[in-house]
Formats: sequence, C-alpha cells, structure tokens
Amino acid sequence: MSSLSARGIHAWFGKHHALEDISLDFAPGTVTALIGPSGCGKSTFIRTLNRMHEFIPSAAMAGEVLLDGKDVYAPGTDVTKIRLQIGMVFQKPNPFPSMTIGENVLSGLKLAQLKVDNKDDLLEECLERAGLWKEVKDRLGAHGGSLSGGQQQRLCIARALAVKPQVLLMDEPCSALDPGSTLRIEETIRHLSESMTIVIVTHNMQQAARVSDHTAFFLSDGGPGHMVEFAPTNEIFSRPKDKRTEDYVTGRFG
Amino acid sequence: MSTVQPTRPWVATTADRVRDGLIFVVSIAISYGLVAATPLKGKLAYFFTFFAILTLANGLNGFLRYGFAAAKDAAIKTLVGVGALLTVMPIASILATVISKGYKGIKPNLFTQDMSLATPTDPLNNGGILHAISGTLILVFLSLIMSVPLGILTALYLTEIKGRFSKPIKFLVQAMSGVPSIVAGLFILSAVLYPITKGYSGFMGALALTILMIPTVARTSEEVLNLIPQDLREAGTALGGTQWRTVAMIVLPAARSGLITAMILGVARIAGETAPLLLLTGGGDKVNGNPFHDPIGSLPYYIWKSFNAGSEEAITRAWAGLLVLVVLILILFTTARFLSTRKVSR
Repeated sequence: MSSLSARGIHAWFGKHHALEDISLDFAPGTVTALIGPSGCGKSTFIRTLNRMHEFIPSAAMAGEVLLDGKDVYAPGTDVTKIRLQIGMVFQKPNPFPSMTIGENVLSGLKLAQLKVDNKDDLLEECLERAGLWKEVKDRLGAHGGSLSGGQQQRLCIARALAVKPQVLLMDEPCSALDPGSTLRIEETIRHLSESMTIVIVTHNMQQAARVSDHTAFFLSDGGPGHMVEFAPTNEIFSRPKDKRTEDYVTGRFG
Repeated sequence: MSTVQPTRPWVATTADRVRDGLIFVVSIAISYGLVAATPLKGKLAYFFTFFAILTLANGLNGFLRYGFAAAKDAAIKTLVGVGALLTVMPIASILATVISKGYKGIKPNLFTQDMSLATPTDPLNNGGILHAISGTLILVFLSLIMSVPLGILTALYLTEIKGRFSKPIKFLVQAMSGVPSIVAGLFILSAVLYPITKGYSGFMGALALTILMIPTVARTSEEVLNLIPQDLREAGTALGGTQWRTVAMIVLPAARSGLITAMILGVARIAGETAPLLLLTGGGDKVNGNPFHDPIGSLPYYIWKSFNAGSEEAITRAWAGLLVLVVLILILFTTARFLSTRKVSR
C-alpha cells in the first residue's frame, strides 16, 4: 500500500484563492473524511491529489503531493500513471453510456492500455468488492444506465477498482443516493480500506463518523479555505480542540 | 362499495367539439358569402376572409362563454394554429407540385439509361437519368469522405482541445456556413481547375461541395459534443486514460448517433447544390464512373439543363429528376431523424 501526503497545498481559480496551505498525511489503509461547509475547498483539495484540478482552465496551485515520497507534480511525471494509482469516484454516478455493465468495469484497462490475464475473474472480483456482483451477475451485457442510482455508483466504484489503484478518492459519493444505497456504499468503503487508502469528501456528519479513521475539518471564513482541525475521527466528534469544529459537528452552523 | 370511474375533466366535451365544428363550418360559409358579395376575388381572398372570420368567431365564442380573457385566448389560439398551417402550406404545395408533375416521367428506363443516346425531344420511353443519379451519388460520397473527418476534427478542436484558436475558428466556421455556393464554385474554379487540372471532373465539384459541407458538419458535431457531460471526460481521465483515448473510447461513442445526424444533415445541405456543379463538373449525358476525369452528370445539373431545353418531354424529364432528388433528400432526412431519436439499445 502506498502512502500519500499533501504538503502546503494552495489552489487558485484565476485570481480567486480557493485553498490555503493544506498539509495532510494519509496513512496507508486508512479512511480519511474531509468535512466542512460548501465552498470550503474540500473537492478542490482532493482534485489536486490526482491532478484533476488542472482540467479547469483558470486553475493554478502550489505545494507538493507526495505519493510514496515522489511529488506527483514533479516535471516529467506521467500524469496518466498517477491517475491510475490514485483512482476517483465522483459525486454523480457517471457510467459510460455507450458501454455495458461489464465493459464499464473493464473500461479502465482499455483506456490505460493495460493487459490482464483473466478479464472475467477481474470483472467478478471488482464487482464483488464493490458489493454489486450478486445484483448484476446475470445481466453484465445490459447498459450501465439501466441500473438504479445506487447501483450505478457502485458500478463506478468497481470501475475505479479494476485498474488496481493504491488510493481511492471519493467526492461526496453518496450525495445523490438514498439511505439504503448509502449504507451499502459505506460497507463497501470499510471493506476496501483493508487494501487501500481512501479519502472521502462528505457533507454527512454521521457518514464521516461511521466510515473514517481520521477526519479533517475545512472552513472558509470569507477568505480561502483552510484546514481548521485534523484528528482521529472519534476525537473530532467527541472532544474537538477548536470551537468552530465543535459548532460545525454539533450542527450549530454550516 | 362505490366504484370510481376515471374521468378527464380537462378534455373538451362532445358539446364543445360540436360547437367548435359549427363555428368552423359557419365561418367557411360566411367567408364564401362575403367573397361572392364583395369585389374580393381568388383563392387567397377566401383564405384570408375565412382566417379573419374564424379568429373573430372563436374569440366571440370565448367571450360569450367565459368572458374577455377567454376571448383573447381563443383568438390567439386560432392565429397561432393558422400561422403554423401557413408555414406548412408552401412545403406541402412544393411536394404536391413535384409529385403531380414528376410522376409522368417516372418510367423504368429512367433508372437504367442515360441521355447520351437521347435528345430533349425524344419520347419519355427513351433515355434516362442514370448518369445524373450515379453522378450525384459519386459527388455526395466524395464530399462525405472529405468533409466528415475534417468537420469532426474541427468540432473536436473546439470542444475537446479548446485551444488558443478556438474563438477565431468558431467564428470562421460560422461565417463559412453563410458562404454562397457560387463563391465556393468560383474558388475551386480559379484555384484548382484553371491552374492545375484544366478540365471538368466530378472531383472538382466534390471539392466545392466539401467547402459547403464542412461548416454544417462541424457546427452540428460541435453542438452534439458539447452535450456530452463533462463528467464522462473526467471519469475517463481519472481512470488513467490519455485525452485522446478518452475522446476515442468514451466521448465519440457516446455522441455517435448525433454525429451520424451531423453527417446526414451535411449531405442534405449539398445534395441539391447546383451553382458550383455548373461551373466545375461540365454536366455530361453519359454515365461516368470516374470522378477524376471527364465531365460527370448530377441531378441538379440535369434538372437545370432539361428545363433550359424547353421541349415538353424535356420539361417532364426535369420534373421527374426533381422528384427523384426530393425523394433522395427526404430519405436522408428521415434516416437522420430516425438515427438521432433512436435509443441506444442492445
């Protein structure tokens, strides 16, 4: 398992300073939750980790993201290799519409031109790990769009797993889902954390408390978003050091 | 236990329909009477009197039943309905004329012979338009294989690469779609035909048609590609795909049916083009399968030439050619609509 750490991350959109000086270490095999009100830079932060930030035309950044000690922004780094090692699940389920369920899961292999010996085994393994195998094993040839929202999101998780990432970034993966699907995805996350490092952005306090080992609280008080507190999850929720964290996790603001 | 019957209280009752029908019939009668009693004359007079009276009558009906607001509603409803009818009428009229005049020329030999052994005054069972149909198909095919890749690449530059030149290119493509076809024809004539090939050929015509077709294909493709959610592109790159592989494996397949529509709209744009073909293809009455050498026929050219010939048979032939061309274009549009609305299913 790989270690991932962020060192002094800043982010800008044009002249707007969106994120200020974030340093965080993600220990291998742990789940880290990022919480905070909307617009505080959580999503921006995780998108700097796998270099998705640079897709926004006016974006700029500063700082280092170290994957196994190597800066992913170092000159000469192969970006596609970085994104293979740091997978991502998005807020809205986005299965590829022109592909079947099976093709969706294996699409990463084709996109990144990877070879595997036994595709069927990999397909079953990924769907199994994403908690979707039992529901779709008889209709792998159906279109991804024919699944329910929760199933589509687990399909996207399975798709991210197929390229064997070391780290999985999840940007509010349950915000579009009903409680039942949310629960199933949380089980999946707990299960996956045995073999990979997970970073999850969530607006759901209970979710952070249920799935994460560490929690970071981000806040923007008018200026750029910054990290107020980072601690083991039970400490954040039971005895936060900062008054603002306490107010937020107890629902007094935000 | 009471059983509840499903009802649709918002749908017009039979009484309403009968009243509307009566108003319609009475309006026709009044307008007929008015045209007969006054100096107004002609079909148009009937139509406009009927139109005005129907609007008034529907408005009055609405006023008597539900008051002033309903009167306005009814009158405007009538105006809108008749306006839509007015738009469709010329199209229907064109179709009716082409069919009624063209069917006489549709004979089996029309599709198996060319005009090389027939003169404009020959009877209709001699000679045909095989050279024009084959020429048009060759021209369309050549333009298609040249303009579709260029058009889609342009669209990809605008939607995926979004490079520094996007804005000027977008502007140029839009401006190009307004280029008169004769300008495209003259351009190829002076830039390629006179200095280089020095002879009429199908390829010259196809080059001019390509110039006309690229903007249509590029703009339609651009709109289609813009509809593909950004999410999918991000998901592709987040899985370790390069931009090129993401576009090729995810964006283009997702846009497939729309791109086919873009292609067919482009073909429909050029299939009836006449002006550049007059300058560049040289016409010709013989089937010519070689687009790179010698004059080649085409349907628009044939129609133009036959009308100019002036004999009764030639004019009937021209209408028949027109009918074939219209049917060809209708088939293309229908296919485009079918392909663009069809759901992806497997």
